[in-house]
Amino acid sequence: MDSTAINNFNSDLAVSLSAFWSYFPIVFLAGVILISIAIEMYSKSSKKILPWFTVTALLACAYYSLLTVTDTGVYFSGMFATGGLTNIFNFIFTFGGAIVVLLSVDYIKKSGIYYGEFYILLQSAVLGMMMIAGAKDMIMIFIGLEQMSITFYVMAGLNRKRASSNEAALKYFLLGAFATGFIVYGIGLMYGTAGTLNIDFVFSNIFAAEKNLPGIIGILLFLVGFSFKIGAVPFHMWVPDVYQGAPTSSTALMATGGKVAAFTALILAFRPVLGTETLAVITPVLAVFALLSMFYGSIVAIAQTDIKRMLAYSSIANAGYMLIGLAAGNDYGIEGVVYYLAAYSFMNLGAFGIVALIESADEKNLLISDYNGLGTKYPVLAALLSLFMFALSGIPPFAGFFGKYYIFIAAIESNLTWLAIAGVIASVISVYFYLRIVVLMYFGKGESQVTPEITNASLIGIVISALLVIVMGVFPGSVINLISNF
Amino acid sequence: MIQLDYFLLLSAFMFIVGTIGVLTRRNAIVVFMSIELMLNSANLTFVAYSSFFGDVVGQLFVFFVMAVAAAEVAVGLAIIIAIFRNKLTVNIDEINILKW
Repeated sequence: MDSTAINNFNSDLAVSLSAFWSYFPIVFLAGVILISIAIEMYSKSSKKILPWFTVTALLACAYYSLLTVTDTGVYFSGMFATGGLTNIFNFIFTFGGAIVVLLSVDYIKKSGIYYGEFYILLQSAVLGMMMIAGAKDMIMIFIGLEQMSITFYVMAGLNRKRASSNEAALKYFLLGAFATGFIVYGIGLMYGTAGTLNIDFVFSNIFAAEKNLPGIIGILLFLVGFSFKIGAVPFHMWVPDVYQGAPTSSTALMATGGKVAAFTALILAFRPVLGTETLAVITPVLAVFALLSMFYGSIVAIAQTDIKRMLAYSSIANAGYMLIGLAAGNDYGIEGVVYYLAAYSFMNLGAFGIVALIESADEKNLLISDYNGLGTKYPVLAALLSLFMFALSGIPPFAGFFGKYYIFIAAIESNLTWLAIAGVIASVISVYFYLRIVVLMYFGKGESQVTPEITNASLIGIVISALLVIVMGVFPGSVINLISNF
Repeated sequence: MIQLDYFLLLSAFMFIVGTIGVLTRRNAIVVFMSIELMLNSANLTFVAYSSFFGDVVGQLFVFFVMAVAAAEVAVGLAIIIAIFRNKLTVNIDEINILKW
């Protein structure tokens, strides 16, 4: 390295270090993980301290991210971005993580995974998601994704005495690592064609290059790998098994934060080439994945008897809707996807929170038929669950409706009207299996057999999710404005 | 000086062998080995391009991939041991309580 390069590096490092308060949340969370490990090692009552410590730290991160949302910049030799969309995503991850902690405080006691490590793993997963959100380079996407995925493999198998949990962990691990192989090899081919790994240039360089076949194969492999991670058809086979077998509170984090983080990586990667001709190769692939996911998810969900499997198929269908926004490839699409990701997270957190409450020890009470007659016995729980089901099926005025609305509008803007129509048809199909639960709760014959112990922490988490779903649905414009500023 | 194409063909071949291994083998550990082969084919691609361009970024990426692969091995083998204790098998066809 000659001296000018060293000088450039030094001045960049000085700028990056002086901007410490812009990327403070990620450093803070890393510190919190280390402190949590120390607490777990040295304190006998770590199981009681850690949840509240984690909630406080995550909420502080969430608040700080919103506070510094206008503080945009790129630091560390173009590796890491702050402000703007990064902070919006960080808010979703940290706030969602805090809700998951509230939902798990009592759940992990009854399901036999009463370990302090659960919270440390949760913090590590959230840290990985935040690294993806700030990525300006494929290296950061890869490291963040792996940090998140590897902790998820452990969280899926946390209940190591239960065969279903083990099996979920093994399936998640083998298919997740398989997907990682695709992503890494794809990035390798992209690097070879583009000559850089910087997100802003990698795609445009590939399409500008003369012999760009390896690069295009690389992009497709990258897409295939991420389709595994977001659970889009035809790479969805792990989703129902993992969501069903993993402990419900782990599933809540995987289904929301994990999926949002994988979509974040896709959004960040495709954002620099939006509206250019270069997307022509990718758009048909995304559109086909979207179409297959929506219909497969919605139709197979109808046949499910287990509520966690049903929510898993619903999440496959939702991945399809969000892929429409990416396939649209315009700014409206990206705004719609970000909005829908936030809405989807809070809808699913609430739904999984209620499932975790109803579930009793030894994985009992997880069937849809167990929700029979819940409306008369536990009116509050039934009302909240109905709210989440209405929101998921896209009935106004809840957040789910506007998420789908923005995405379909974006698809029509970019001449993908057929995809928007298919999306509407798929949502109509999905109304059936969401509302079936509501009908069963209020009009089902017979007494409810479940006896959930409704604890304050879970109820707070569920109510916060419900409030966010309502607020986002009543004031969609202000959320979209916040997103479209960046 | 060996041409870049030979490295790329070798790594593509390794990647395909790894993929076929994951899809056809039934022993969880062999599947896992095939995945490692896929990661290493990516490493070979990175190193080949990196030395071709005279750019250090590719070699840097390889270090990260190796570190991540090591972390994955630690977690993956732990999961396989846990499942072996429960079911006394690591054949993925027999691990089927959840509908596949």
